[in-house]
Amino acid sequence: MISMKLVAALFAAAFSFAVAPAFADEGGALPSYPLKKPELEKWSFAGPFGKFDTAQLQRGYQIYKEVCSNCHSIKYMTFRNLGQEGGPHFTPDQVVSLAAGYQVSDGPNDAGDMFQRPGKPSDHFPAPFPNVEAAAAANGGAAPPDLSLMAKARGVERGLFWAIVDFFTQYQEGGPDYIHSLLTGFQDPPAGVTIPDGTYYNPYFMNAASLHMPPPLKDDIVTYTDGTPQTVDQYARDVAAFLMWTAEPHLVERKRMGFEVIVFLVVFAGLMFLTKRKVWEKVAH
Amino acid sequence: MSGTSTYQPKNPVAKWFEARLPILGFAHSSFVAYPTPRNLNYWWNFGAILTFMLVAQIVTGIILAMHYTPNADLAMNSVESIMRDVNYGWLLRYLHSNGASLFFFAVYVHILRGMYYGSYKEPREVLWILGLIIFLLMIMTAFMGYVLPWGQMSFWGATVITNLFTAIPLVGNSITTWLWGGFSVDNPTLNRFFSLHYLLPFMIAGVVGLHIWALHIPGNGNPTGVDVKSSQDTVPFHPYYTIKDVFGLSVFLILFAWLVFYVPNYLGEPDNYIAANPLQTPAHIVPEWYLLPFYAILRAIPNKLIGVIALFSAIAVVAFVPWLDTSRVRSATFRPIYRQFFWIFVAVGLGLGYLGSQPPEGGYVIAARILTVYYFAHFLIVLPLVGLLERPKPLPSSITEAVLARNAAKA
Repeated sequence: MISMKLVAALFAAAFSFAVAPAFADEGGALPSYPLKKPELEKWSFAGPFGKFDTAQLQRGYQIYKEVCSNCHSIKYMTFRNLGQEGGPHFTPDQVVSLAAGYQVSDGPNDAGDMFQRPGKPSDHFPAPFPNVEAAAAANGGAAPPDLSLMAKARGVERGLFWAIVDFFTQYQEGGPDYIHSLLTGFQDPPAGVTIPDGTYYNPYFMNAASLHMPPPLKDDIVTYTDGTPQTVDQYARDVAAFLMWTAEPHLVERKRMGFEVIVFLVVFAGLMFLTKRKVWEKVAH
Repeated sequence: MSGTSTYQPKNPVAKWFEARLPILGFAHSSFVAYPTPRNLNYWWNFGAILTFMLVAQIVTGIILAMHYTPNADLAMNSVESIMRDVNYGWLLRYLHSNGASLFFFAVYVHILRGMYYGSYKEPREVLWILGLIIFLLMIMTAFMGYVLPWGQMSFWGATVITNLFTAIPLVGNSITTWLWGGFSVDNPTLNRFFSLHYLLPFMIAGVVGLHIWALHIPGNGNPTGVDVKSSQDTVPFHPYYTIKDVFGLSVFLILFAWLVFYVPNYLGEPDNYIAANPLQTPAHIVPEWYLLPFYAILRAIPNKLIGVIALFSAIAVVAFVPWLDTSRVRSATFRPIYRQFFWIFVAVGLGLGYLGSQPPEGGYVIAARILTVYYFAHFLIVLPLVGLLERPKPLPSSITEAVLARNAAKA
């Protein structure tokens, strides 16, 4: 028994000895990106009973349309999605007129030519650039990524401890937190830090200290009609929520069904447990 | 399969049928009358859970395949159309992707239960090896399935793993080109991975049939490791274990539902929601969590060929456990030293999993090397030596005696 404890102790010592430098590395010379972790925000769609805030999604759509869509596509989305209940929930008439406000390419027609026509609810959102190469050429070599899935395609590692906690607290908002922090995080580089030409310093950016996208938001650039504050922070919050919806349009339905399923399973498991106890009552085991 | 086939159908149609194909009697003796030790604990639930998961994966997978397009330009579009436009497509896909994770979670518990209670020992060696073959097929199936959405991690994961074959001397590059169907991971690779991802689960189902057959010849092991000595030691499978399995499965499904409905992307990599881009390598290429310990072993070794050999050996060595373990006692309950080494082994496995998720640099590599050496030492040194040197506790003379003694102690 004593020898066993010795083995275990030696083993633990060897392991901690080997791992210690790994943790020391974290404060080392090479910076690890992002320089700052995303700030954690409160979202209406977080948690087991989370729901999208319809007004917020409508505002978020407005930001996307007036600001983001100049460079970024949302290719997986159709106009009809905008009428989704639990989503932005525009009325059918609003969806038709919103769609008609876009020109989409269609064809070929009888003469064999492609042509432009006003959008219909069943159309996908048109992209601002005809292809990736054109997008890159117009934006200093870095093509603006599609935003449909952005809120699920970005996640900053939170370390082992938080990874375990997140399972129980259902933290799934790393994407919108990241988008909000990035959009509000543009600033002048600290003294002594040089960044490549044509990039903008942002400590929240995942891959480097600066990115090609210029700060897209300024106070009061989009006019809200419902009296919501017209600040960069509010704009960023609204568009992040909108992008969570484009990434996961069935989120509300999913969580609602999840609650029903889990309540059912807990009751069912309880009944099965009682049945099992009854069946085994007379058999020692 | 084994057991008493005393089944006599009363219904005339069943009688007529039974005289021609005795499948009802077969099912009755295998899953109703089948004598099962009366003392199985909840760790024995995982066989039934795994059977359920295999069926669930096949059912959701077949429906997903009706909507999926295995083409490098269209795969991600089709996955997103499943997520957005197919009725309950999001549910099917999240069930399938999280189902794979829970399948592996259950199989790891199942394997570790076998290691703890010595389920691999004579006369169950073939049963053990068949289980390991299922595990290997599961790894291949899961890997190919992960490639299908054709996201960044799909593409680069496929690139890293298929590149392992280039380490084979002389013919490595030719084999890799043959696997790819071209000179890099591309559309032909995706097509064949889809085809094989659809095929392999049915092979798994076949080997599962053999696995259950091989189980029903000697019958179940049990927590004491003592053989069944009389009919007093057993109960019929139905209703005793059918109800217990349904209860265990219900609890397991709560965990499954939590993942699917509340944190469906918790176990996934955000990078896989970015379309595959052969020109842009992700910062960290990591496999799904269930393959991380093996990934850590692969990267712990600086030489590529030896790393690949170590990776495959880490799985193959498990097949030899029935002969590496020299102890005459099955259950760790009566093996005080082995029991401690078992838990150290579990900790080492978890440690390797963590290290597999970290970048291969600095202290992480050194730690991974130490744990890799220990992983193999557990099988090649600890198992043979502990079996010879350890003095096991006295065994109960029968299952029934052990049960009654424990109940008396409780009362």
